[in-house]
Amino acid sequence: MRARLLPLVAASAVGLLALTGCVANATDSAAAGITVDSSADACDVSAAEAPSGNLSFTVTNSGDQVTEFYLLAEDGLRIVGEAENIGPGLSRDLVVQLKPGHYVTTCKPGMTGAGIDQRAFTVTDSGDDIKVDADLDASIEVANTNYAAYVRDQVAQLLTGTQAFADAYLAGDDDTARALYAPTRAHWERVETVAESFGDLDPQLDLREADLEEGQDWTGWHAIEKDLWPAEAEAGFAAYTPEQRQNLAGLLVADTETLNEKVQDLDFTLSQQTNGAIGLLDEVATGKVTGEEEFWSHTDLWDFQANIDGAKVLYAGVRDILLEEDADLAADLDTEFAALQELLDAQRVGEDFTLYTDLTPAEIKAFADQVNALGEPLNQLTATLVL
Amino acid sequence: MTDSTGSDSPGSDSPGSGSPTADSPDAPRGLSRRGLFGLAGAGVAGLGLGIAGDRAALAVAASAAQSTAGTVYPFYQEHQAGIVTPAQDRLHFAAFDVADGTTRADLIELLQDWSVAAAAMTAGRDVGDYGSVSGPYDAPPEDTGEAHGLPPAGLTITFGFGPTLFQTEAGVDRFGLAARRPAELVDVPHFPGDMLEETRSGGDLCIQACADDPQVAVHAIRNLSRIAFGRAAIRWSQLGFGRTSSTSTSQATPRNLFGFKDGTANIKAEEPAAVTEHLWVGASDGPAWLAGGSYLVARRIRMTIETWDRTSLREQETVIGRNKGEGAPLSGGTEFTEPDFTLAGRADQPLIDTAAHVRLAHPTQNDGIRMLRRGYNFVDGNDALGRLDAGLFFISFQRTPASFTAVQLNLARHDALNEYIRHVGSALFAVPPGAAKGSYVGASLFA
Repeated sequence: MRARLLPLVAASAVGLLALTGCVANATDSAAAGITVDSSADACDVSAAEAPSGNLSFTVTNSGDQVTEFYLLAEDGLRIVGEAENIGPGLSRDLVVQLKPGHYVTTCKPGMTGAGIDQRAFTVTDSGDDIKVDADLDASIEVANTNYAAYVRDQVAQLLTGTQAFADAYLAGDDDTARALYAPTRAHWERVETVAESFGDLDPQLDLREADLEEGQDWTGWHAIEKDLWPAEAEAGFAAYTPEQRQNLAGLLVADTETLNEKVQDLDFTLSQQTNGAIGLLDEVATGKVTGEEEFWSHTDLWDFQANIDGAKVLYAGVRDILLEEDADLAADLDTEFAALQELLDAQRVGEDFTLYTDLTPAEIKAFADQVNALGEPLNQLTATLVL
Repeated sequence: MTDSTGSDSPGSDSPGSGSPTADSPDAPRGLSRRGLFGLAGAGVAGLGLGIAGDRAALAVAASAAQSTAGTVYPFYQEHQAGIVTPAQDRLHFAAFDVADGTTRADLIELLQDWSVAAAAMTAGRDVGDYGSVSGPYDAPPEDTGEAHGLPPAGLTITFGFGPTLFQTEAGVDRFGLAARRPAELVDVPHFPGDMLEETRSGGDLCIQACADDPQVAVHAIRNLSRIAFGRAAIRWSQLGFGRTSSTSTSQATPRNLFGFKDGTANIKAEEPAAVTEHLWVGASDGPAWLAGGSYLVARRIRMTIETWDRTSLREQETVIGRNKGEGAPLSGGTEFTEPDFTLAGRADQPLIDTAAHVRLAHPTQNDGIRMLRRGYNFVDGNDALGRLDAGLFFISFQRTPASFTAVQLNLARHDALNEYIRHVGSALFAVPPGAAKGSYVGASLFA
């Protein structure tokens, strides 16, 4: 309950937005914001005026074509907010923060043309402060450029490391290969969500044995991992033949080279960056906290740290923008990232980490709790920055 | 398990706090920024557009034929709901530990967020301003959504504070509460036969969610635990199906997994004198902040039902002290007839065995002690031996934990039922009084 509640009271008082606290008389509460009816030939907005602040438009497509709703600046050109890809009969909310001024609403049934039924929409001054996004586009562009460079750098290091790892593995120097395994994979894990976007490359390089379908060939890091840590494998597991090793190492290097080529010309939208950070934390939550990722080497904490490294880079890239939009969220994220790093640092052993199998259940629970603590605010990042 | 405590007085006046009504529309809606996931980013925390799906309203039309589905128990009242409220059919109970680094202010904010969310859910609404199916398209919905379109189902959400909230076992006073800890809020003693598991016992905080629809109860715990992420995490939780007690004379007595009626002699909402004497903490009992509250004891009691099931009916009835069909005491009469512990049969042996559960748990054998039981049956899959992991999740509310301790000590020492049960989890919580509108559960503790 904060000062931000004020616009609510004002809005309710003028009857634009009805509270639905009472069970008895609330009928269709989903319609309590501003509604937009997008039909074949009209774009009917339930109000032509609203007080400044956060506004919610619930757009319902009553036509029989896919439609879009646009809230445009006074010039009728610049897009202030949009709700896209609304199928016939469906509804979707557009939540925007609006300054006082004149706007234009329009719908695009069929998703083509300039938009039909353009209407003026006036936002009056509620007295609530709305910040101005200065140089937002420039900041996003800088973040994009920096992140693309980071991905290229990590994949280049991955390639170098993979070649050294493959050489050791082929030479039968298993000790060196084991020592290189986790540190090399860290480069992969840091940009895992990008690597995963290239169709077959991810399964070829990173599939776990449990992910295999019946009869599917197993290649990539984890197939070699099992061979390097045979003591952890099931009884009767036969060490790979030299031919098998040759084949696996060759594919590993070749696929990594392909990955390296593919990341040379990447371009990231803001939401791809923020969703990348969310995706990396999801990787931690599903695979690393549970110890499922490194089933034989138990080097899950290396991957954990690398996922977090990658998420931190993505977050750092957009943090300046976030400070403008929602400093509280930035403060939360700073705190939670730091707390998670503290837990990881407590498990450092020189250059290495504690093996997953040496963690106590209480330590694992602490990791899981902190991943949840970071995950909830992190999942707000896209909506905060993209709105 | 304690088939405890006292006579019923059907027909006496209702204390009122268990009666269903619609929650008032002026209940606060806003969560703190941290508690308000879907909107935090949008910078509209607490905006209160009020367009969240109103499940109660949606459900009224859909379930007009069901009498209990639309029941709403108000959240903001003198005593917390979920105690004398007529026991609902389903339970989801969760104990939480407060996260390291959480401050007193964070804890207060968590309780505020929980209260706001609990008020919304018990009224049949989604959590948050936009609920489960609306709001910013690029944000996760504020409400998880599995109860969307379901009726309120008589949901009650009851909060409690464990001993460790006031002082950790290492003696640390994390929240400046040590001086406010009631002297009685210490772990119940070890009873003979206890095989308690650390991972099913204790906790800084607890939430009891009861409803007539399991999905509604689970939805409550799921959303409250989500709101707590970063501030508190679930330590253990328990699902219960099938109430094992009646807390109102309007309810039939249900059966536990031994197949016997349980809770015949429970305190009922319709006994205001007993409720006042045995249930609510009085103003002069201890710390003032707990006045109007109660103590909650939770015990996870595993039943070795496979063994029980191959026990003769004679043995089963002897162990319980009631007949299996109607639940009448073996001294005769019907279910609600007072047991006669002295009435003897052949060889001058009492008809109700000296080790019978009903005798040992009865108030007359325990200095008049009564409590309000609100337990649930559970079956959590099976163990490695293929036996059902089944039993009773015992919950009792009482004015002082000493009541429970006295009765349980008597049972643990002598009860013939001990051959078929095993206590594997235990927890004690102080349950603060209800919250006033605009305030939050536990406010008196932090005042």
